[in-house]
This record gives sequence, structure tokens and C-alpha cells, in this order.
Amino acid sequence: MQFIFKTHYNQDIQLAKHRGHVFWYGLLLLLLVLSPVLLEEYWLAQLTFVLIYGIVGLGLMLLAGFTGLFSMGHAAFLGVGAYTQAVCTQAGMSFVPALICATGLSAAVGVLVGLPALRIKGIYLGIATLSFGFIVEEVLARWESVTGGNAGIHLKAPNLWGHPVNSAEGFYFLCLVLAVVSTLGVLNLLRSPTGRAFVAIRDSEISAQSMGIHLAYYKTLSFAVSAALAGLGGALYGHKMQFISPDQFSVLQSIDLLLMIVVGGLGSVHGAFLGALFLIVLPQLIALTKDSLPDAIALAPGLQSLVYGVVLIAFVLFEPMGLYGRWLKVRTYLQVFPFYRRGLFKRQKTFQKSERVR
Amino acid sequence: MQFIQLVISGIAQGCIYGLIALGFVLIYKATETVSFAQGELMMLGAFFGLLVMGFWGYPFWVAVLASMGAMAAMGYVMERAVISPILGQPAFSVVMLTIGIGYVLRGLVTMIPGIGTDTHVLAVPYKDQTFQWGGLMINAEQAVVVFVTALLCLALFGLFKYSKLGIAMQAMSQNQLAAYYMGIPVKRLNSWVWALAATVAAVAGLLLAPITFVHANMGFIGLKAFPAAVVGGFGSLPGAIVGGLVIGVVESLSGFYLPDGFKDTAAYIVVLLMLMIMPNGLFGQVTRKKV
Repeated sequence: MQFIFKTHYNQDIQLAKHRGHVFWYGLLLLLLVLSPVLLEEYWLAQLTFVLIYGIVGLGLMLLAGFTGLFSMGHAAFLGVGAYTQAVCTQAGMSFVPALICATGLSAAVGVLVGLPALRIKGIYLGIATLSFGFIVEEVLARWESVTGGNAGIHLKAPNLWGHPVNSAEGFYFLCLVLAVVSTLGVLNLLRSPTGRAFVAIRDSEISAQSMGIHLAYYKTLSFAVSAALAGLGGALYGHKMQFISPDQFSVLQSIDLLLMIVVGGLGSVHGAFLGALFLIVLPQLIALTKDSLPDAIALAPGLQSLVYGVVLIAFVLFEPMGLYGRWLKVRTYLQVFPFYRRGLFKRQKTFQKSERVR
Repeated sequence: MQFIQLVISGIAQGCIYGLIALGFVLIYKATETVSFAQGELMMLGAFFGLLVMGFWGYPFWVAVLASMGAMAAMGYVMERAVISPILGQPAFSVVMLTIGIGYVLRGLVTMIPGIGTDTHVLAVPYKDQTFQWGGLMINAEQAVVVFVTALLCLALFGLFKYSKLGIAMQAMSQNQLAAYYMGIPVKRLNSWVWALAATVAAVAGLLLAPITFVHANMGFIGLKAFPAAVVGGFGSLPGAIVGGLVIGVVESLSGFYLPDGFKDTAAYIVVLLMLMIMPNGLFGQVTRKKV
């Protein structure tokens, strides 16, 4: 077990707590930079998707994992970002201004959705965002003059100041840079007073309010940042898919995003990327195991949905902290070997408290 | 006349929403959790009916009873197996869990070879009968939906008002800890509430089956029952039915009078407006958490 000897207050808010962090995250970054050389083109494309979903997951994690507001319609922000990017680039804008438009419009829509969130919470918020998701999907399908309706819309390769990024490697690096920048941004936000306010709101609205945190402002801000990240991810998603249609941003996509952060681990930045990795790898794993299964099971169309459901149930029941929580346990086991106790991370069981106090 | 006709079909559709919403509200009142698997339970109920009637050839009323019984058992077992271990966890865990259950049920049904992926017709005895009443055409299916919903509401009202079980359930929904101290077996009652909700879902599925078809994705209608539950106020049983009726009628009218696209989103627009104007719904209680 490593104890950090703190000699300065700034050490509390440093991003890299000790040299081990610097080494391992440096190694990870090096591997990510080298992966176009190391990986085949197909797997590089999958890795690009992991980065894109990771960005979206960061946004949702900030909202759900750190502010405690659950959005069941996050695919709508993804859709707003992707469609704005498509429309802007078709109008001749280059990549960066279009990306700023996509992110900005998503954030604006996020504020709009965040406004009712000030009055409602819990499951009502879930239903409000769910409704919003349905409405956006319908708008995308019906507003044919702009979105092309159900026929969808095509995106060209991103155009960086006159240099089109045509290659898979180029786009991968673009995603990598944006993913790293947004991760650092979120980490930075979380160690600032704003981020602390988010966490305080998650833990108890009433105590946060009595500590002088302006609930309305911070909740709206959380929605805006989260939607902006989702919009950014959506714009990249659109470029990667090269073709977008409204059904890619349906409620099922929203649930996939939620599944991603729950499996990754609610309330951890690592969880967003672990969840994204999981979401991309799982269909591949299912496809790989299909060959060894009997035909009756392997060819059934419901297999993927069944596996998703079982995984979700298993995680909620046995590992509510997700993949990152599991990793924490493994790490602690190694660090304190041989003194790990079974109850070290035991969930505290509390008797259910009623929200309807009378 | 057109208007009344639309309202009637809206009411019939609204009763279905109301019945599914009733399941949400039952579970919410008892355990303060929201079940996203309600639509899938409804789908399963309809498939049970289909199995007993369409494939084994039993008469309709046997199918109804068998399906209700099977779903009650299913709801009971489901609560025991997966829901009760995580009671007391944040409500969101249960939401994700029930979404997972929904995925599993839908996946399992589509995996039944030859049956799961097709759409089926449930040949109920009253299918395709209509009767005239002063210039109005009323489908027997719709009439049965309205009638059965009314009957079920009466039965539930009786259960909650006069039976020991119902009163215990009410006590549990108001304050679980106090109910536990008064000797009410809270855990067992939770299972019974889920069984009851699953039974109501089965009835909804059997009522919906003749109007639409029986297929694996019919559970998605459950997503429209959420607005119904919210409009009525999430913790109110009559509210669920009224909310369902409101959503059904609005949907039916907007499908006719408003441009394309409004029919599918009407429910959601209504619920968003409702949440902005009256966040507690029509019948919800206004409460504020005390510190």
C-alpha cells in the first residue's frame, strides 16, 4: 500500500497523485498514439468508436454519476450534435467551426431540457428526458427539409482548414485529441468548485442548498456541459458513420448509453471509457462466441438483447460500482496482500427511506 | 360524430395505457421504485394467452386465467430473485435492473424458434364484431377493453379499501418502516405487489392483443404508459387510469386533427407540459421533504 506524504496543499488537487499515475497514464497514451501502427484497420475503427462513446459517456457520467441527474434521452443530444455537424458541413463550413456549432447547439438544447429539471427530480426527470428523446427523434424524422427525414443524411470527411481528413488514422488521431482534451477538461472541472458543487448536489440536494450552492444554476450547467459533450461525441459519430438517420438516435441508443456508464461504474471518469470499451467489445464477443454455440441459440435474433439484459442485471446486483469498482477491488487486493478482507467494500444496507414524508 | 368516434377509440386505447400505468403505480406505491419491465410483462402475458389458446387449443377463459396465474407467479418469483436483493439501493439501480429484465424477457421471447419473431393474431371470441349505437360504430374489442378496465378498477378499489392485504399494502406504501414495526411482513408483501402488477399487465396484454397483434416488441407500448402515470400523478391509482385516458384521447384526436408525427409524440408533449405546469400530476400529493 502506497502512502502519499503530502507537503503542500496543491497536492490535494493535482491530477497525477504520484509517479505511478504519471507512468501508467503516460504508457496508456503512448499505446493509444501507437495503435494505428499496432492494430489492424478494423480494430482501429472500433477503437475510434470507443473514444467517441467515451466522450459521450463522460458527458453522461458528469450528469448522472456526478450530479445525480439521470437522463434517459441522452441519444437526443447525440442526434442534435450529429445533425448540426452534418447540416453545417454541408453548408460549407469547415470542421472546427461546425464542431463548435454542434457542441454549442447541443449545450443550448441541454439548458432547455435542464430547465424543467429544476423542479422535478428522480424518476420524473427520467421520464421528462425520455419524452424529450422521443420528441427529438420524431423531429429529426419529420423535419425533412433540414434533416432529410428517415432517408438520413450523408457526411463528408472532416475538413480541417482546407485539409480533408480522409484516412482512418487521421480521424483516429482527431478523436484521440478531442477525447484527451475533454477528459482533461472534465477532470479539471471536477476538482474545481463547480465540480464539487455537482457532487454535493448528487449527495444531498438539501444540504448542498443550505451550503449556499445555487441549485438551479449548477443543475442547468451540468445539463449544458453534459449535452455539449454528447453533441461533440455526436458530431464525431456522424463523421465516423458517414451516414446518420433518426433511428440511430432512438431511445434504445439512450438506454445503451446508460448501460455503458452503469457497467463502467457510476461516479468515476474511468468508468466512462471502460463502459465504452465494454459497449463496443460486447457485440464483437457475442459474434465470436456464436460459432461455438448450437445453431438454435446462435442464430436467434434476441441473443444480443438477452446478453445485454443479463449483463445489466448482473452488474446492478453484484457490482454496482461497475468495472471500475471491480478494478478498485483487484487493485486493493494486490496492494494490501495478504490482508484483504471480504467485507472491505461491502455495501452498506440501509432501510429504505420514504421520499413522501408526511 | 367523427369527434365522438375518435374519443371512443381514444378511451379504449387510453384504458390500455392506464392498465399498464396501474402496474407502475402499484409498484411505485409499494416500493418507491419504477419498473421499466411492465411493458415486457404485458407482452409475456399476451404470449401466454396465445400459447394456451392458439397452440394448445383451450377455450378463451382458460387462457385468460392461465395467463393471469402464470404472470402472477412470474412477478412473484422475479421480485424474490432479483428485485428484493437490491431494495434500499438508489432508485436508479432498480430502474436499470428492470430495464435489464425487459431486455432479457424480450430476448428470450424472440429466441423461441418459429414463434418469437412472428406476429400472431389472438383469436378472441369477440373479434371483429361491431355494433351500432345511434350512428356510432363501436368495436367489440374496444368495448371489452373499457368494460374490463372498469371491472378491474372496481376490484382493485375493493382490494385496497376492504381487504386486510390491501390495507397492509397501503400502510406499506405510506411508511415502510412503520408498517414493518406494526408487524406487516413488508418483504412478502413486496413480492405480492409485484405479482399483482404482473397480473394487471397480463390483463392489459390480453386486452391489447386483439386490437394490435401479439409480437415480441409490443412491450414498447409501456413507454407510453409512463406519461399516463405521470399525468395522473405517480402515486395515485385512479390517477393512472385518468392519466391513461387523457393520453389516449389526446393521442387519438391529435392523430386526426394535427399533422403527421404528432400522434406518436402527443403523449410526450403532454407529459412535458404537465411536468412544467403541475409536476405532481393531476392526483399527486404535494409534499416537501423535511430535513
